[in-house]
Amino acid sequence: MEIDRLTYMANQIARNLAPQGEEEAIELTFQHLRDFWDPRMKTAMLGGNRAGLDPIARVAVEKLAELA
Amino acid sequence: MGYERQADFGTPEVLSDQQVTLTIDGREVTVPAGTSVMRAAGQCGGSIPSLCATDSVKAFGSCRMCLVEVEGMRGTPASCTTLVAPGMVVHTQTDRLARIRKSVMELYISDHPLDCLTCSANNDCELQDTAAEVGLRDVRYGYDGKNHMGQADDTSNPYFAFEADKCIVCSRCVRACDEVQGTLALAVNGRGFGSKIGAGQLEDTFLSSDCVSCGACVQACPTSALMEKSVKELGKPERAVITTCAYCGVGCTFRAEMKGEQLVRMVPWKDGKANRGHSCVKGRFAWGYANHQDRILNPMIRESVDLPWHEVSWEEALKYTADKLNAIKAQHGPRALGGITSSRCTNEETFLVQKLVRSGFGSNNVDTCARVCHSPTGYGLSKTFGTSAGTQDFDSVMEADVVLVIGANPTDGHPVFASRLKRRLRQGAKLIVIDPRRIDLVKSPHIKAAHHLALQPGTNVAVMTALAHVIVTEGLAAEAFIKERCDWDEYQDWARFVAEERHSPEMLEPVTRVPASELRAAARLFATGGNGAIYYGLGVTEHSQGSSTVMSIANLAMVTGNIGRRGVGVNPLRGQNNVQGSCDMGSFPHELPGYRHISNADVRAQFEADWGTRLDPEPGLRIPNMLDAALDGSFRALYVQGEDILQSDPNTHHVAAGLKAMELVIVHDLFLNETANYAHVFLPGSTFLEKDGTFTNAERRIQLVRKVMEPANGYADWEVTQELAKAMGLGWNYSHPSEIMDEIARLTPTFTGVSHARLEAEGSLQWPVNDANPDGSPIMHVSGFVRGKGKFIVTDYIPTDERTGPRYPLLLTTGRVLSQYNVGAQTRRTDNTAWHPEDLLEIHPLDAENRGIKDGDWIRLASRTGETTLRATVTDRVAPGVVYTTFHHPATQANVVTTDYSDWATNCPEYKVTAVQVLPSNGPSEWQETYASWSEKSRRVARVPAE
Repeated sequence: MEIDRLTYMANQIARNLAPQGEEEAIELTFQHLRDFWDPRMKTAMLGGNRAGLDPIARVAVEKLAELA
Repeated sequence: MGYERQADFGTPEVLSDQQVTLTIDGREVTVPAGTSVMRAAGQCGGSIPSLCATDSVKAFGSCRMCLVEVEGMRGTPASCTTLVAPGMVVHTQTDRLARIRKSVMELYISDHPLDCLTCSANNDCELQDTAAEVGLRDVRYGYDGKNHMGQADDTSNPYFAFEADKCIVCSRCVRACDEVQGTLALAVNGRGFGSKIGAGQLEDTFLSSDCVSCGACVQACPTSALMEKSVKELGKPERAVITTCAYCGVGCTFRAEMKGEQLVRMVPWKDGKANRGHSCVKGRFAWGYANHQDRILNPMIRESVDLPWHEVSWEEALKYTADKLNAIKAQHGPRALGGITSSRCTNEETFLVQKLVRSGFGSNNVDTCARVCHSPTGYGLSKTFGTSAGTQDFDSVMEADVVLVIGANPTDGHPVFASRLKRRLRQGAKLIVIDPRRIDLVKSPHIKAAHHLALQPGTNVAVMTALAHVIVTEGLAAEAFIKERCDWDEYQDWARFVAEERHSPEMLEPVTRVPASELRAAARLFATGGNGAIYYGLGVTEHSQGSSTVMSIANLAMVTGNIGRRGVGVNPLRGQNNVQGSCDMGSFPHELPGYRHISNADVRAQFEADWGTRLDPEPGLRIPNMLDAALDGSFRALYVQGEDILQSDPNTHHVAAGLKAMELVIVHDLFLNETANYAHVFLPGSTFLEKDGTFTNAERRIQLVRKVMEPANGYADWEVTQELAKAMGLGWNYSHPSEIMDEIARLTPTFTGVSHARLEAEGSLQWPVNDANPDGSPIMHVSGFVRGKGKFIVTDYIPTDERTGPRYPLLLTTGRVLSQYNVGAQTRRTDNTAWHPEDLLEIHPLDAENRGIKDGDWIRLASRTGETTLRATVTDRVAPGVVYTTFHHPATQANVVTTDYSDWATNCPEYKVTAVQVLPSNGPSEWQETYASWSEKSRRVARVPAE
């Protein structure tokens, strides 16, 4: 899975959840990735370059990494 | 059942709390107050002859056949226009009445062709029956006087003909067009003896007029003046079977009227609770695809998509397919396999496909066409209300006072519901339309929207937030409702957010292009106008903020207290006939049937115990992710039942590349659709006429689909899926779809009380049907939200990343027309092409003039993704800067132009916003030429001589 595509998706999710407040947005973004992404998408995201992730998405992905 | 005409009580049913008792022909009868004497007589088994009365339209009182005598009343009043009264004593059969009726009938017949034996309505004609009923034996006037014989027939409509000679000018057709359909295309032209039924203006034919070919006039006609051409050709049907339409999400029920295995006509069923006896041009007439010559009836396989197809036996095809699937699974693992369920197939069939994927393939890579239409509805309504479905039944609209239609075009997409909505609007309900285009509802006969907010495509959330801003800041919120039914703290957070000045209509006007004063007025009307009902469609969901808009709609309903009773609610107008059902049946990669997450171990355990297998606890791939994964080699086999993703999904180039990268694409369909150009196995599908099962419509109404003829391909679709499962080694053994429904009920809490036997007995059920709701749930969230407290969710406007610029200065939005359905695979193979033979691009006169484009010119439509050519329609229906087209024809393939941008939560594609340029063209695009050549080559079938 292309990391650029996954990064775009994660950032888009985070951006739309941001109005809930930062802490809530991080939790909701994490839950979204956990609940809706196929394992290979998660693996690609966790193993890929995270430089393009926005702050909320980055922390959410770090939380996801803790599950792996 | 045999063939009997549907019961007709002459005047519409009246609902009243008051009952009236009267005596008719010596029998005591009790009926609701307001009922006509004619209907009362009919309901107690009597029969009063009539010609101008039918119970789909109001009483007219013109034919003078239905006269009765009422004790204490002078003269002989018409029973259709005389209402019952307490203690009334009515006589329907007296010598005096018989004389009058016979005389009236004599006059009718003196000006009517006496060709009954060769007439298409012979033995199925109300005029003929009435003549017999009154005992007419002679016409004293002869037939040589001035009459209406020799008039030209109007055969312009492809499905029915108008024979003016046979017309008795009873006006039933005109009234049906007015009252039932609401188009007002028909009229009685001329006066007195010169009166004649006409469609449109005097120079018009039925086809050239505003007639939408719904068939209401044909159904209402008491003679053969308006008659289906299929009946003229095939003769009177000999049996009728009630079944459910396979077109849009309204879910109309029809009588399939048959002659042996031949379908003669589809007639809307009066007792159908979704359509109440009405229909549209698709369900009523566009069923010819079922026996179209393009239909593929034998399985076919090929090693490579570059090779021609080879016809094989079912056994060989299924073994070939199962062996390939098992081999790919063994080599690359279960997650390399997946499937797409069909929203055109039954609940039982979609349930089986997702079961095959989860328990046979071993992955959760199952998705459905709702991915590209209403997946944001499922997400948004489940987050706010706790259920992934609309809240009302269709009847509810008749109690609405203000109707807000956003991103939907009901007269084209959901025409039978639109007729009901228009009836309510003509009664005085107010209408607010939020749509970039001036859809027909904005202004049509006797209907004018109070407000049309012609927003810039892509700014739905901004408009919805601005509406909420006005309601909150002007003190119009329904706080008592909110305090009782919603989380008050969450409401306050949300209210503070929407009240920020940046969300005011004035501040957002430059973004939305909606005049602030108009938006404020619309908000005030919705908040204060009484029962407020919201209806929405794909103009809401198919955006990068589709889910946010759905949630903002739920917020608007809650803040105005418009949830939990009749006349209000949030109503997604579902696109395909069973898109609600396919979602209910576990067609999403993260959910088992009943919208329960695959990670829930308790839920998974129920299915594992029932199915005798282990399930993958991780969510699977969505359709666009499947295509991405195919390109990186981790997804290799796809079973597609009844969908054409190459034509329907966005960015055709990407879809084609993904399909081409797969080792095995199995298409299970009626026709060699566009996706089949990239397939290795073709399994012939069956039509809705050839199978048993159920569909679930947009009201959550589960209705039976009944087999009216044997499958031309040999198997119903559920049988094909079962045979494939068996070939893969699964021990499935369903003998009838009712057994599949029993399994669904066993495993799905909202379907606990559903069975085919119960549907047979009760006609339909609206889920949830369970211990808490034993009779189903016409209205949801009546005493509380399913999730407990209604949840207000903050939704901020975030512009799409698809932007206009110097190279692509216009915004393209896509949609559909009345006569065509989705990718057109069915409707293009019917005479509906008379209305829409090609996709057209609507462009505003200013934009057209700037580009030197005239109406009808060929133009090149180009985006960052691709380009195609089609002809232009210059119209101010669209705003400057906005263009619009449909996606019904593969020769145009509008989705060559659409992009990969999608809803943030569900990946529902952003079909409604694509930056484009439009320029004059003198030929097809390079892609069109290449694809046409490829498509022709890919559809080759090798003819192997018989041994």
